[in-house]
Amino acid sequence: MTGPSQTTRRRLLNLASYVLLSAVGLTMLVPFAWMISTSLKAPAYAVEFPPRWIPSEPATVTIDGLECKVATVGATFLSRPVGEASPPRPLRVAILRYSPEGALVRVLEPTARVARPPAATAVAPGDLAAGEELTVPEADLTLVRETKVHWENYAEAWRAQGVRVREAFFGLAHQVDGFLVFYTNSILVTICITLGTVFTSSLAAFAFARLRFPGRDAIFLGYLATLMVPAIVIMLPVYALLSNLRLTNTYAALILPPMFSAYGTFLLRQFFLTIPTELEDAAVIDGASPFQVYRHIILPLSKPALATLTTFVFLHSWNDFLWPLMVVDRLALKTLPIGLAHFQDSYTTDYQLLMAASVIVMIPVLIVFLIGQRYFVRGIALSGMKG
Amino acid sequence: MSNPTIPDRTHAAFDAAAHAASRARRRAAILRALPFLLPNLLGFLLFTFIPVLACFGLSLTDYRLAPIASLADLRQQITFVGLNNFVRLLGFTREAGGLSANDPEFWRYLGNTLFLMLGIPLSIAGSLLLALLLNQRLRGITIFRTIYFLPTVSSAVAVCIVWKWIFHQQPNEIGLLNSALMTLGLAHPPDWLGTMQWAKPAFIIMVLWLGIGGYNCVLYLAGLQGIPQELYEAADLDGAGSWTRLRHITWPLLSPTTFFVTTMSIIAGLQGSFLFTAAFLMTAGGPAGSTTTLMLYIYNYAIAWHQLGYASAVAAVLFLLVFTFTLINWKYGQRLVHYT
Repeated sequence: MTGPSQTTRRRLLNLASYVLLSAVGLTMLVPFAWMISTSLKAPAYAVEFPPRWIPSEPATVTIDGLECKVATVGATFLSRPVGEASPPRPLRVAILRYSPEGALVRVLEPTARVARPPAATAVAPGDLAAGEELTVPEADLTLVRETKVHWENYAEAWRAQGVRVREAFFGLAHQVDGFLVFYTNSILVTICITLGTVFTSSLAAFAFARLRFPGRDAIFLGYLATLMVPAIVIMLPVYALLSNLRLTNTYAALILPPMFSAYGTFLLRQFFLTIPTELEDAAVIDGASPFQVYRHIILPLSKPALATLTTFVFLHSWNDFLWPLMVVDRLALKTLPIGLAHFQDSYTTDYQLLMAASVIVMIPVLIVFLIGQRYFVRGIALSGMKG
Repeated sequence: MSNPTIPDRTHAAFDAAAHAASRARRRAAILRALPFLLPNLLGFLLFTFIPVLACFGLSLTDYRLAPIASLADLRQQITFVGLNNFVRLLGFTREAGGLSANDPEFWRYLGNTLFLMLGIPLSIAGSLLLALLLNQRLRGITIFRTIYFLPTVSSAVAVCIVWKWIFHQQPNEIGLLNSALMTLGLAHPPDWLGTMQWAKPAFIIMVLWLGIGGYNCVLYLAGLQGIPQELYEAADLDGAGSWTRLRHITWPLLSPTTFFVTTMSIIAGLQGSFLFTAAFLMTAGGPAGSTTTLMLYIYNYAIAWHQLGYASAVAAVLFLLVFTFTLINWKYGQRLVHYT
């Protein structure tokens, strides 16, 4: 008696969970889906009410060298074929031009009869042949839409004039596509910051976790003290320093200052402390130098922590907005986030291009996340436990 | 005097030798540590530690950033003004009508910053709920986890651009959100980003979307997975219902996570780096300053108006806010935490 009812209860609960999870999941995905949907629309149909999820636009045919919209003629305008009970199939027509009486249309597929022949045309009740022209009141016309995907929006955003870099860029021709420049800069800057952070902070973390030297704890306290300091407090003087040295608008300004936050050293030091010392004691007795211990014992054992730090630093510097915004205003040095912001300034109302550009910026980081997500999620848990 | 069996001189020499030996040992220890420490320490001092001190120093000056030809120029640009910036920033002046703030904008933007933090409790509650759902053994649960985390890893600039498009409201151009609201029967949906009363709620909606499945949710999930299963089994034997288990096992055992998550969210909220991006790209801090946060205020003073002295003072106040909050939190907040 209790067995089946409990199973049913369990199933119902699971179902409710799935419904809730899916509802939230859909909400999460809506902006992304809308971004992609808009990025594939034709400029004239990017804004519509009601909005359409599948990019579509009025179908057209070319008649005498002119693009004419395709429409169907509503049933009220058409009579029933004699002897048939079903309403007529809609009549497909091409709209040639509009006049006060309605629209002059040309029949594309002869399928129906005209119930009330408009005065302007001489068409009598009867079958309409393909190619016949007649005037139909606008109210009786429905534009035919067809799904049409504009992949070329991506190429257009990539090559947009408004973000084209008109100066020498790594020896390339004097005009370089904006997003090529932003991508190159982002990749360069992110890789340098990530490698630099992981390398220097793992060395320092090793010193703090494994070496004894006078002043060690005091120095580490200095690192700790800056963890709570808002980033802007640190950025202002560094910005002033770089401005006065005329070092803004350089790669050094983008790369060096973000490389030395206390966070990386702190995270790795905490992890190194959890590694038992027995292994390295043996190595030290065998005459291993501190560097050998660091290189051959500590680093290999710290792969999860290193991977975590790498993912964190990579994502953070790839998406960083404020610091590049402060130190760079030359287009040739912009990274993707500030490049995209610049793009937005130039193409405020070209929604399909804006969305295509956003997708262009978002894709690589999503790929990295999907690959590194295990480390990332574990890393958050790791950093949270310490708190 | 001292030890009678050993002559004074010998004792001193012994001391000196021991001292020299320890000095040599210390020097050796430092020399051994330096190659490890130096690359990071130098950068840390130059780009993190000294700047913190420099920011407080600058906050006591009226430094205006301008091109310089020599150090002498710089010395001329910087005048020590004591606490003047702070008086202007935090002070009030008695006027005919009563007290009026010397810098009303600061108080307004501080208010904006705090108002925008109202989303935090909602966001945390949502994260907890999601974590509870995600903690079940259901098939395909990892897909949901990935989806919920997507907004967190996405480029903030791209996120802001698409949300601006979703909130869009112009004559003849109705954004996705308002189209949905109109379909649901709301004849006149709000102009989200264009009106003072709706811009902040719009930002809070965006922050909720961004944060609910993000870091906080992952932390809660880790916390949930750390709760020993036996506790629930024992509760089952006692006939506890699911609400009782949630109230008396899950919630108290998650309190360290809740404490950490709340602390970090409030610190992040005060700094509001995402909201800075949002205000910068979506509203330019408007309409009429209603989405300007302290971060944007600092940015405007420093970068747009080159007044680094005053900007540093605002930044210092922001730091003091974060610091005071953290201190109070550690002193009193810990009491709410249940440790096993």
